[in-house]
Amino acid sequence: MKSTRTLSVLVENKPGVLSRVAGLFSRRGFNIDSLAVGETEHPEMSRMTIVVSVEDAILEQVTKQLNKLIHVIKIVELEPTNSVQRELILIKVRVDSHHRAPVLEIVELFRSKVVDVNPDSVTIEATGTRPKLEALIEALEPFGVRELVQSGMVAVGRGPRSMTTTTPRAVDRSA
Amino acid sequence: MASQTIATPAETPAAAHQEDTGRIAEPATGAKSLVRALECMGVEVVFGIPGGAVLPLYDPLFDSTVRHVLVRHEQGAGHAAEGYAQATGKVGVCIATSGPGATNLVTAIADAYMDSVPIVAITGQVAAALLGTDGFQEADICGITLPITKHNVLVTSADDIPQVIAEAFHIASTGRPGPVLVDVPKSVLNAETTFIWPPQLDLPGYRPVTRPHLKQVREAAKLIHSAQKPVLYVGGGVIKAEAAAELLEIAELTGIPVVTTLMARGAFPDSHQQHLGMPGMHGSVPAVTALQKSDLLIALGTRFDDRVTGDLGSFAPGAKVIHADIDPAEISKNRTADVPIVGDCKETLRELISALQVLRGTSEPADISPWIRQLKGWSQSFPLGYDWPADGSLSPQYVIERLSAISDEDTIWCAGVGQHQMWAAQFVAYEKPRTWLNSGGAGTMGYAVPAAMGAKVGQPERTVWAIDGDGCFQMTNQELATCAIEGIPIKVAVINNGNLGMVRQWQTLFYNSRYSGTDLNTHKLRIPDFVALAEALGCVGLRCESKEDVDSIINQAMQINDRPVVIDFTVGADAQVWPMVEAGKSNDEIQNARDMRPQFDADDV
Repeated sequence: MKSTRTLSVLVENKPGVLSRVAGLFSRRGFNIDSLAVGETEHPEMSRMTIVVSVEDAILEQVTKQLNKLIHVIKIVELEPTNSVQRELILIKVRVDSHHRAPVLEIVELFRSKVVDVNPDSVTIEATGTRPKLEALIEALEPFGVRELVQSGMVAVGRGPRSMTTTTPRAVDRSA
Repeated sequence: MASQTIATPAETPAAAHQEDTGRIAEPATGAKSLVRALECMGVEVVFGIPGGAVLPLYDPLFDSTVRHVLVRHEQGAGHAAEGYAQATGKVGVCIATSGPGATNLVTAIADAYMDSVPIVAITGQVAAALLGTDGFQEADICGITLPITKHNVLVTSADDIPQVIAEAFHIASTGRPGPVLVDVPKSVLNAETTFIWPPQLDLPGYRPVTRPHLKQVREAAKLIHSAQKPVLYVGGGVIKAEAAAELLEIAELTGIPVVTTLMARGAFPDSHQQHLGMPGMHGSVPAVTALQKSDLLIALGTRFDDRVTGDLGSFAPGAKVIHADIDPAEISKNRTADVPIVGDCKETLRELISALQVLRGTSEPADISPWIRQLKGWSQSFPLGYDWPADGSLSPQYVIERLSAISDEDTIWCAGVGQHQMWAAQFVAYEKPRTWLNSGGAGTMGYAVPAAMGAKVGQPERTVWAIDGDGCFQMTNQELATCAIEGIPIKVAVINNGNLGMVRQWQTLFYNSRYSGTDLNTHKLRIPDFVALAEALGCVGLRCESKEDVDSIINQAMQINDRPVVIDFTVGADAQVWPMVEAGKSNDEIQNARDMRPQFDADDV
């Protein structure tokens, strides 16, 4: 059964890691829906958030293959119910003076903000979950979306536990 | 702990500045540092060809204790490293220059990846300033080999060399073994640095699990204890884990029959009465059928390859599966395991044996004697065999049978890929691990001669036979020049049927005998003349065309130990490999000869 899954992958911050990880997905012919990479609080480690739509058995196999990459330290699957998942979008909307007010009202309603204004356009920044951002885009579409840029999703587990402090550096495998 | 110190250096140089701790720190170029690292890793031999980008490395190599074998093609260097590794259990090393030198290694690296062979490939690379500019002889070899290496590294600083080399050997040889490529730009080789040994390894993401989970082992033992139709399905992992003795012990403790896959020939003695032979597309009828009818597969260091399972959906339909492998990604990849065990086969078998002994102390194991009787019956009714060619030509199977009979059990056998490989797997009697080297997963034609060369370098006291086809032999026979010059007296049996025999067999069976592109003309035109070719390459060339001459010519070859020797066995073109399960079909449809399905007794099924 196919479903959308979010993987958080802790990797060594080294050249080529991204292509190694991406290669494991492309080799099996499926697409990464969203990808975000950045340094963690430990500069020698990066964290990738990967969103994919795959069958469960395939995801398990890909996860195992990812674990075999020397530069991959740890992989956690983040369930929507026990993690915070956010994306950021920038939308440039065509507006003249007539339409600015209703656009700003939408911006207000979605608790997003205007980051650039021009006589013919406004650029809106919004963060949130995918459904919220999709609703925002839909609301703005009638005015004319000139450009839409989206970040990949970033996600973090809820609660005090940290993926990076429980790295194997600190944990010995208990036999 | 992620950081670990590797073993004490194999030897320490007199000139080195050494502290009491045994730590070495000496000024060196990157190239010198690399050669010193190889020495300290205990490397005896490297196979390679120099070129522009790797030239700086060859200068210190000239004075090194490490032997360099100058091959004739980089693919030969790669397969030689594989042959060395498989014959000795150590890491094989090959060296090539940048660009085409490195890309010529690609086939051998892919081969090592598929068959989990520990090799380290060192490639020169254009100077760092030229990287990514399409410089002369530049190829992004790290990018190219990304999906076919266990790991690869582009070295960016000469200071990193000792650590990178130590990590490369560690990764190649531990866990599930495999190829590691180290790409070193010329500027890094030329840079001044300090050679420091031993280096710290820093591999936080690499923690192969070798000790099996004991709860899983106990679960497995329970299944084994109560199974009525169990089979030990043994793969190459048992040889890599040096677990042949433990396998013999568990087999004899339980009486469970054994099948050995193409990669595992030699893991269990062929002469043992519990051995049913090889499973798979060209496996024996008892081995294939035992898996099909089994109620419990004890899969050890094997990966349920499609050449073993045939149609996966109908493979061993009534069997539960215990799957022990060091690579968690292999478990339940093709066939779902009822009891998965991640761990080294040797440790897993030891634990399994103790767990079984505990169970046997409290209750009787299930009676497997009806199953054993059934299997014995199949072995007697459907032994491996062959017919002599109707046209009176020499039988290739007979040649291989005689080679085996005349050679001792320490002989190392290498094969290329195709009919001769399958006959060599079927008709040579293997008694010991690491005596059968072939290209199983990748199916690389041309593997035999260079692999035999590497095996002979690693085991100079043992006889090494390459059983090759006339097609395969023409891909890599130039390494016989290397063998002749370097004093590596291998023996080559060319099973010359004049054709790309396995492809021709499929054309006979599935393409109405339309032999498109398979006639090599090594019979009709005798181009090349393999005897003359062997002589030209500094070897002794012999030819055998009749049954009467087989033994005497093999014996003649056995007497020659100062040079490589090649025998051109001119054999019939129509001989076929049987039994056979057609690709993609169920193993239930095994044929022991063309259009001949084994007729099992009604009460067998």
